[in-house]
Order: sequence, then C-alpha cells, then structure tokens
Amino acid sequence: MSTPAIESPRVNYLNVSYGVRSWLLTTDHKRIALLYLLSVTLFFFLGGFFAVLIRLELMTPPGDLVQSETYNRLFTMHGVIMIFFFLIPAIPAVLGNFLVPLMIGARDLAFPRLNLLSWYIYTLGGLFTLAAAILGGVDTGWTFYTPYSSTYSNSNVMLTAVGIFITGFSSILTGLNFLVTIHKMRAPGMTWFRLPLFIWAHYATSLIMILGTPVVAIAILLVGLERLFHIGIFDPRLGGDPLLFQHLFWFYSHPAVYIMILPAMGVINELITCFARRRIFGYHFIAFSSIAIATLGFLVWGHHMFTSGQSVYAGMVFSALTMLVAIPSAVKVFNWTATLYKGSVSYQAPMLYALGFIGLFTIGGLTGIFLATLAVDVHVHDTYFVVAHFHYIMVGGTIMAYLGGLHYWWPKMTGKIYPEGWARFAALVIFVGFNLTFFPQFVLGYLGMPRRYHVYPEEFQVLNVMSSAGASILGVGYLIPMIYFIWSLRYGPRAPENPWGAKGLEWLVPSPPPPHNFDVTPVVTGEPYEYTPRSEEAHVG
Amino acid sequence: MWAEVSSASSARSPLAQHFDDLEQQFEASTLGMWVFLITEVMFFGGLFASYALYRSLYPEGFAVASRRLDYLLGAFNTAVLICSSLTMALAVRSAQLGQGRALRLFLGLTMALGLVFLGVKVVEYSHKFHEHLVPGPSFRFEGPEARAAELFFSFYFAMTGLHALHMVVGIGVLAVLWILAWRGRFSPQYYTPVEVAGLYWHFVDIVWIYLFPLLYLISRA
Repeated sequence: MSTPAIESPRVNYLNVSYGVRSWLLTTDHKRIALLYLLSVTLFFFLGGFFAVLIRLELMTPPGDLVQSETYNRLFTMHGVIMIFFFLIPAIPAVLGNFLVPLMIGARDLAFPRLNLLSWYIYTLGGLFTLAAAILGGVDTGWTFYTPYSSTYSNSNVMLTAVGIFITGFSSILTGLNFLVTIHKMRAPGMTWFRLPLFIWAHYATSLIMILGTPVVAIAILLVGLERLFHIGIFDPRLGGDPLLFQHLFWFYSHPAVYIMILPAMGVINELITCFARRRIFGYHFIAFSSIAIATLGFLVWGHHMFTSGQSVYAGMVFSALTMLVAIPSAVKVFNWTATLYKGSVSYQAPMLYALGFIGLFTIGGLTGIFLATLAVDVHVHDTYFVVAHFHYIMVGGTIMAYLGGLHYWWPKMTGKIYPEGWARFAALVIFVGFNLTFFPQFVLGYLGMPRRYHVYPEEFQVLNVMSSAGASILGVGYLIPMIYFIWSLRYGPRAPENPWGAKGLEWLVPSPPPPHNFDVTPVVTGEPYEYTPRSEEAHVG
Repeated sequence: MWAEVSSASSARSPLAQHFDDLEQQFEASTLGMWVFLITEVMFFGGLFASYALYRSLYPEGFAVASRRLDYLLGAFNTAVLICSSLTMALAVRSAQLGQGRALRLFLGLTMALGLVFLGVKVVEYSHKFHEHLVPGPSFRFEGPEARAAELFFSFYFAMTGLHALHMVVGIGVLAVLWILAWRGRFSPQYYTPVEVAGLYWHFVDIVWIYLFPLLYLISRA
C-alpha cells in the first residue's frame, strides 16, 4: 500500500490554490462538485425545515399550528426545494461531477466552463426560489397545475417558476457535458463495456436531462405568458386546455423521477461490488436496464393523469407501459442480489446504505405497480399511499444511495477518513427513522387519508404521530453525518489512495486527486469490478 | 460550446489542456452542439405540440387568424434565411480553407441577412400591435372565432418570439467570431468555433422553415 510522502504536501486539487476567487472561478470538475455539495446540502436542510413544520402540524387532527393557506405553502416549498434543488442535482452534480472524469480516465469534463456556468445557473435559480420563499412562498403544490397556478393563485408563482425555469438549464448543461465527456474523452482501452456502471447510469440520466428538461421549461414559459398577458392557453374559460399543462409537465417530471433514481442505482453498483468483493452479476443487463429505464420513462407520463379526465384507452396504454418499467428495475435488483450471493460481504457504512437502498427501493417500486394498476389507482390516488410510495423511491432510494456514495468517496474527495462507528450508527438511525416515518403513510393512504390537507379525522392520529416521531428520528439521522463529515475535515485521519481496496480508475490516483486527475493518462486493459473474494486477497488495505 | 473552445484558445495554442489533441477537441465540440440542438428540438417541440393540439381543436379559428398574417413578408423572410444559410456554409468552407478575408466577408453577410430578417419581424410585430392582434386585454378580433384567434396569436408570438431570440443570440455569436477571425485565430487546423456556430445557425433556419407554413400558410392550402 503506497502512501504519498507525508511531510512535503503533494499538490492536490484542494491545495493547488487558495482564496474565494480560486473557488468561484474554478473550472476543475472536482471543485465544482464541492460547490454543488455545499449548495445542495443547504437546500436539503431548507427543504427539511419545511418538512419538520409539516410533520409538526400533522401531530394533531385539527389545524392548530398553521392555517390551511400556510400549510399549502409549506408542502409546496418542501416539494419544490427537495425535487428541483436537491434530488435532481444531488447525485449527478456532486458525485457525478466529481467521478465521471476520474472513472473514465479523463482530465476534466469536456466543457469545464459550461460546468461552472451550470453551478451559477443553479445558484441563480435557487436565489429566485429562495426569494419566493421569503416573500411568502407559493401554494400551488410542486406540480403547478393549471388553471390554479396560471389564473387563481395569489402566491409567488412567477418567482418560483422563474427559479425552476433557470435551474433547468443547469441540469441540461450537466447532462450535455456528461454525454460528450463519456462519448469522447474515455482513456485508451476504456471501451463502452469496460465503463463502470456508475457511468452507464449517468449516461442514461443525461439523456433524460437533455430530452425532458426543455419540455418543462416550455410548460413553465407558457404558464408565465398566461399570467403576464392574461391569455388562455391553459384556461378552459378562454378556450384553453388545462390537461395540456399536465401532459407537458409530466412529460418531464415523470422522467425526472428517473433523473433522481438512475444515478442512485449507479452508486449502488459500485458499493455492492466493493463490499461483497464480487464482480457485478450481469454487467450488460444492468447497463442496458439503465437505458431501458430512461427510454420507457418517457412513455409513462400519463399514469399521473389516470383520474384527470384523460381518455380511458390512453390510461390503459400508460398503465401497461408503466408496468414495463418494473422489468429493468427488477433486473437491477436481482442482479445486485446475485452479486451479493457467495460474496465476502462486509458491513461498512456505505454498504449499510446500499443494502438499505435495495430493500426500500423494492418496496417503493412494488407499490409503484399498485399505483400503475388503473383500478387500484382510482382508490389510492392523491392519498398518503402515493406520498409514501414516492418517498420510498426518492428518500429511501435516492438519499440512501447519495449518502452511501458520499461516505464511500468521502476519502477520495477530501483526503480524510470519516469515523466509521458513527457512520454505521447514523445509517441505522436513518433506516429506522425512515421506515417509521413513511410506512404508516402507506396505511394512512390505504385507509383514505388524502394528501395536502392539514386537518384529518381523529382515527388517523396514531399513525400520524408515528410518522412524525419517525421524522424526528430521521432528522437526527441526517444531522449526525453532517457533523462528523465536517469534523473529519479537520480531525479525520489522512486517507490513503484506496482505503476500500476498491477497483476503478478513481482509486488509482492519490486522495485527494491532483488538479488534473492523472499525471499520465491511464491505459485500461480489463473489465471493471475485477474483485476477488477476500480469502484470496493477500492483503486487504 | 464555441465560447468554451475559443476562449481556451486565447493562449498560443487553441488546444485546451484537458483534450489530447485538436481532433478530439473538434469532435467533442461538434458533438456538444449536436446534443444542445437535440435539447433545442425538444424545447421548440413543446410549443409545436401545443400548437398542434389547439390547431386540431380550432381549425377554423386558426385559419381565419392566420389570414391576418402577411405571407409575403413571411416568404421574403424565408428567402432571406435560406440565403443566410448559404453564406454561413460558405463561411465554414472559407475557414476550412484558411481564407481569412472570405471568412469575414461571409460572416458579415450572414449577420446582415440575420438583421434583415429581424428588421422585417419588427415591422410585422408593429403591424400586429396597431391592429390589436397582440394577445391580452387589448386584443380585438371580430367574429365568432375570437378566442381561437387569440390562442393562434399567442402561439404566433411565442414561437416567432422564441425563434427571434435565437436569431439575436446567433448574430451575437457571429459577431464574436468575426472579431476572432479578424485577429486571425482560425486556421485550416482549427476552425471549430465557426463549424459549431454554423450548426447552430442552420438549426435556427430550419426552425423557421417549419414555422413559416405552420403559421402563415395554413389557410392557403
């Protein structure tokens, strides 16, 4: 195990230059990843703050903490911030930005300045949305359904919409950068089927980003025109069609769910193989399942509109197509399970998150099939069943994988080791807190409690209190990593270049990596994930 | 993308340090523009899809409203843009051959044709404004199809406005290229920004090729 000379600090991307300017004008993908890390973390805790208020209100059946107008703003701001400013950028813009060039053996992304621009665009969009929040928030729900959003709502619809419109371009730029980088900047010998599956996942994600995001941008633009000029594109009184908005909105916003989950699946491939010391089972199937999810994801948006008055036949087609998405998703889950089989599994913190992901994603995915079934959906649509379902995917899936990935690559990103004991403890707290928060919501929804109401009948209180109690545990669980990550920056032991004994080009460079990643462009000669079982390893780092 | 490459070229070599050679840089930049154009297709696609929906809901209203557009000006502008595509292609060709003077000439002509297009657009917009055909409180349209006509004009202004915005950006890009060409930044080995800007310019022209019949000619079949 070679450790770089300790006394003369090696030049790395963190110490190569200092000062605010060197960060705000950086074109280094690794520094931009850290800028994004800072921003999305801020938004995560802001979105979490709104969630805290929601769960506090729902402790008791009557509306005693806030009025319905305020409550509408709380769940809207929670949704807008968490989806557009945390979940969508989290894994691609932080982990993807850091790792895509490192994993394929490139010195940077293809367009470093566009990469920096994307962060500024994200920040600008974030400022608009923050301004909207401070000026009183928005009350349309994160879906901005017309004609309420275009004609009736008196809240800060335009300000928030402009924020989301702007932020969309940061997503497009990130996707564009990844696509070109993966196509054109792979190291010699890094063929398509030697790419880590993390890269395949980000490739599929990028496709969705560049194909879907412009459509929601145009939908927002039309809502904006309607509000400004009082024309009736979505207003039925003036000849417009409110359903058109839902079509345009979900054409992006359903695939956006796969922008959130595909990179998470990419992370899981890396974690499972490393901590089971096994080659991935069914590499090609996992790679193409990412592409299949991205493709099918564009054909299922109508399942959000089963009860909106869309044609019954369209509903049937959308229902069938939605069920097809279960196939590539299940391919992944089965392949991960098969990878674990006979592996030398060790339970470090990243692996705990990965295992948590598989379980929670499976529950989230299977309940998605309930919702894809037309008849069942009529019963549970717009109830807490839906809320629980998508939180299992987004929180149980994306955030678990994001945290798992952050722990796994933290030594690489910062050059420091985080405290493993605390990390395992936090992972367990998060898992318990998450399930206690959201499992009762499945039951609540099935019993008929609608979403987006702050008042509910007495008989729902026990389950709601359970959910709120779980949310407080979950909140603590998220704070613990925040604290020890910051602690580790100063007090953590120095990380070697490959603390996990992992495979992949990113582990061949020192931690933290030098400014241009590779002093000599690596030449790739073998498959990814060439792990051997622990017993066969002469020495484990 | 072109700005990326051209500004990286401000040192002696036009090769940005994260690329291995100029060929890789050229391929990455052109692919980047193609990907961006795919995004643009989806961006305009949302508008085209909405237009198609309302035109199928209100075929008569759209036809009546379309007759209020001046198709001669539209046809003139179509010809102008097709010519500008030719001059843009010639500009790329000149850059490839390293003919600096011809490159500047054709870039200048392309910009001039773009400005002619925008000028005609301004004339058309002001006519619509005086005829109270701008959607909103001041919209006036006689007859039973007034609402559909207002929708038509909403799409007319949204689509041509978005297109005109792309023209403005394109002319700005060409102006920067003209300055770079004047400083002698391009050579037969390195003309990536011209090529990439050309792709963008042709795309904007093609959008108009679809807009013109969809907006101006639907009642004249």
